Amino acid sequence: MNTLRELLRIARLPRARIVVSVVLGSLSVLLGVGLMSLAGYVISRAAEHPPILSLTVAIVAVRVCGIGKPVARYLERLERHDLAFRVLARMRVGFFRQIEPLVPGRLPELRRGDLLATMVGDIDAMQELFLRGLAPPLVAVVAGGISIAIAAAFLPAAGLILAAGLLVGGIGIPSLAAFTSRRTGPRQAAARAEMTAELVDLLRGGPELVVLGAAEEAVETVRTLDTELVHLERREAKAAGFVEGLSTAVSGLTVAGVLVVCATAAAAGTLDRVMVASLALLAMASFEAVAPLPAAAQVLRGTIGSGRRLLDITRQEPSVIDPPEPADPPRDPTVMLEQVGFGYADEEAWELRDVNLQLEPGRSVALIGRSGAGKSTIAALMVRFLDPDAGRVMVGGADARTVRQHDVRSFVTLDAQEAYLFSTTIRENVRLANPPADDHDIERALRRAQIWEWIASLPDGWDTYVGEEGTLVSGGERQRIALARTFLADAPVVVLDEPTAHLDPETAERLVDDALHATEGRTVLLITHRPEGLDAVDEILRLRRGRLDPQKSSRASLPNRIPRKG
Amino acid sequence: MRPLDPRLLRRVRPARVALAADVLFGFLATIALLIQATLFAAIVARAFEHRPLDPREVIAFCGVVVARAVFAAGFEATGRRAAALATSELRMALVERRLFDMPTAADGAEAGEIAAAAVSGVDGLEAYFARYLPQLVLAVLVPIAVLAWTAAIDLTSVVIMVLTLPLIPVFMVLIGRYTESKTRARWVALTRLSNHFLDVVRGLPTLRAFNRGAAQAERIEAVSEAYRRTTMETLRVSFLSGAVLDLAATLATALVAVTLGVRLVEGTVAFRPALTVLLLTPELYIPLRSLAAQFHVSADGLAAAERILDLIEAPETPAVGTDRVPDPWRSLRLRDISLRNEERGSKLLDGFDLTIERGEVVALVGPSGAGKSTVAALLLGLRTPDGGTITVDGTDLATLDLRGWRTNVAWVPQRPTVFRGSVRDNIAIGNPSASIEQIDRASKAAGLDEVVADLPRGYESDIGEGARGLSAGETRRLALARALARSAQLVILDEPTANLDAESGESIAASIRELGADRAVLLIAHSPELARSADRIVRIEDGRAVAVSKQAVLP
Repeated sequence: MNTLRELLRIARLPRARIVVSVVLGSLSVLLGVGLMSLAGYVISRAAEHPPILSLTVAIVAVRVCGIGKPVARYLERLERHDLAFRVLARMRVGFFRQIEPLVPGRLPELRRGDLLATMVGDIDAMQELFLRGLAPPLVAVVAGGISIAIAAAFLPAAGLILAAGLLVGGIGIPSLAAFTSRRTGPRQAAARAEMTAELVDLLRGGPELVVLGAAEEAVETVRTLDTELVHLERREAKAAGFVEGLSTAVSGLTVAGVLVVCATAAAAGTLDRVMVASLALLAMASFEAVAPLPAAAQVLRGTIGSGRRLLDITRQEPSVIDPPEPADPPRDPTVMLEQVGFGYADEEAWELRDVNLQLEPGRSVALIGRSGAGKSTIAALMVRFLDPDAGRVMVGGADARTVRQHDVRSFVTLDAQEAYLFSTTIRENVRLANPPADDHDIERALRRAQIWEWIASLPDGWDTYVGEEGTLVSGGERQRIALARTFLADAPVVVLDEPTAHLDPETAERLVDDALHATEGRTVLLITHRPEGLDAVDEILRLRRGRLDPQKSSRASLPNRIPRKG
Repeated sequence: MRPLDPRLLRRVRPARVALAADVLFGFLATIALLIQATLFAAIVARAFEHRPLDPREVIAFCGVVVARAVFAAGFEATGRRAAALATSELRMALVERRLFDMPTAADGAEAGEIAAAAVSGVDGLEAYFARYLPQLVLAVLVPIAVLAWTAAIDLTSVVIMVLTLPLIPVFMVLIGRYTESKTRARWVALTRLSNHFLDVVRGLPTLRAFNRGAAQAERIEAVSEAYRRTTMETLRVSFLSGAVLDLAATLATALVAVTLGVRLVEGTVAFRPALTVLLLTPELYIPLRSLAAQFHVSADGLAAAERILDLIEAPETPAVGTDRVPDPWRSLRLRDISLRNEERGSKLLDGFDLTIERGEVVALVGPSGAGKSTVAALLLGLRTPDGGTITVDGTDLATLDLRGWRTNVAWVPQRPTVFRGSVRDNIAIGNPSASIEQIDRASKAAGLDEVVADLPRGYESDIGEGARGLSAGETRRLALARALARSAQLVILDEPTANLDAESGESIAASIRELGADRAVLLIAHSPELARSADRIVRIEDGRAVAVSKQAVLP
């Protein structure tokens, strides 16, 4: 319940629009009820052979209901969808504002894209909150209530039976459906996840499995999982069928009940005989109000689950916050790590320990080490994505914690390991580093990244769309575009985190050379696990299991350089 | 979207039975409804004539309600079951096809997408099988039944009902107009708008690094607003089709009711048949309305199914030989091999000749895309040449039992896969009976032992999707260990030292030379150092094999 309240607070649903939507929805149901019960009345009354004129009002009403119902339904669907998209927009902005300070942060999952993608899925699920979750029960209460009141006004017993029927259909059956799916739901989700993972393995490694002679076994594994999955799905099918059958039975038996009390009352003279058909048809049509409720219960459960996951994330404290009274922006392009320690859990397993590192103005330093040695953490500390657990990071002479994050990041630019390209044009991808930059600046940055010629050769030039997540450009081009972005930011200190990952040796060599050339005169930290470019830096440091090697490696003592070409 | 894909129906045999049962349930439910309406009218008419309630009629009415409930339950359950069976059928067909007929590797993103279609596609298919497909049949059967039933009661009303039916083509045209308005360009624009948020959130670390994080909130709002406006424009049209059907149903009911009222006053129709007909009229339109409602939901399911069908029904099935593989064999010979590149339409290999003897390491070099990995695929029986022969001690590979042939081949592909499971499982996958000593030895030779030493549970540590991921270099070592753990006569190594530092590369080259002592080794190499460690170097040039001296590979 708290989750729901919290979500509604973020959604800031406009009350008036909710009222309009619920009124239209109820109208749509009630006009349907009106159509059937008035039609029943007209026929019953006509059977008494009255003068035709006495039927005029009822006939007009039948026609109005006939035309009004689809109109109300159409308007309601539009209104409800419009609201859903508005909710979505607000949820996106609301959650984005809360997530933004948390990223990349300390949580390792937050540094990877997949958690973020899951989060987006959860946020996008919020559009269902009102559309299919909250609107149907609201409409059911209003339309169902009015139907019951009308029935009760003519014959209290009929109203009572209808009320009982609608309650069972609107609350009992959805609860039952929720109960059955609570049992099978998680098992089915687990089975599906297992199956998906197995299929991904198999699709990716198909030829290998065949060559290794492990294909039959893999197929058997899938077959076993498939049998299990089908078994669970059949069980769910049975449960769904049961719920469906029950709904049909409840509405049908309620109509029977209303029919019996009305017929009895008419025989006893307590109910006008023309009302028998009318009330029974009213009962029949009013079940339209509760029909979407089992689905609504499921949607609500799903969206509240998504909401809970999101709120759990947004409740976290950002790992880095701005100081209340920030120091002046740094000026002197020096960055120092002093006795820096960093870790996620107990001190035994700290990722970095006693790291001392000095980046002096105009000098380039390479930081090498195996993957997982903690190199990227050093990069994150330098741009203050993280604060150290021990020691301090000095940026331009001041402890980074005393400076605003904005100022640190304008001073130190990070070309991150997995440089992300947004699904827009090359130009916009570069421009984002410095929005006021004009085309001339951008061109210069691209030239410095040695990719201008390639861009000029494209039919659309720098207006070329890079595809979702930059999938339309190759690895090397992507890294160079990211590099141009770093240049455009024009910061005095540049951290290049694995700019050559996933590149073949020659391309890597050229890229590093170009990058170091373009940043000459700036303070540069080049993080890499590969040998390319190491002969162009002023100093090489090796990080081994969270510690910097005591003596600084000079170039001559590097054992793992591959001979240069030529 | 095509309303019905015949390939789908052909393939999902067990689901077809369920589907037929589904239609039967749907039709029976309709018949029950017709009876229910008739009984309803009978009960009301009796009350109307001030006659006492007939308990038999009430019991019959309740009985019909229960029967209808059973049919409705059967309809829902059978439809969903059909969907589950159909997806399972497609899934297994896909798996068998990909592994036994046409082993091809999908890259990560593609594999994920296909797997999602093969698993969660069931949700969309549920709408398709459980609702859309049966409704397609019921939309014809039910109106006929309703009209026939009504005709038996009151012919005049049938005429009115039939007159309202032309509203349906109007609806069809509207649907068509909608699909038209959803032209590709517009669709792409909508997709881009809707993906904008995901894009921003995924790139959030990058945005933060450039101080652009907080500024995105307004942009997200603006794009979401644009998305809302554009989508609402589309919905305004697409909801019309539903509205028209609703209107047809309610107008027909109103029209029939009013006409019946007038005729009742005139005395040309009796009360009971009039009431029955009134109850029947809305039923005429119900299947069509649900058909329209399910149209869009099931489009997703059908798209998922078609995605898989396209993969299953793709052509090419290599012939399978049965002859016994000579054991041990001495030499492997590729003669005058030609192979077309399907995508570019050019010849990848053209008159390619290569002989590999047991006891030698042959390096295959050449620029990217020259066909080096294709030669490996040919030797592995993963592809068949368009022309020329591959012989093992003079026997054509095409006539050999491929399974038997592959049991003595080890292969490190260009992009090896880490399977879900422990490190040990991953190494032993090609030799499940390998002892821990064998695994350890293979692991050492591949330089994987240092990686394993760093893992919390050593060889028992879980790796792969959802567990610890391996870096490209670690994956390469794992694949090498996997190959070394097999007792093979032919070893094919596709760039075994890519992503490795020079130090590890050198020790691996040493392991490879050791392998060459009594095996045939084909070494596909990018780096000249690695190529020079082989006994012989062959370069692919314009689809032909050219022998080169070791000095010549120096760049």
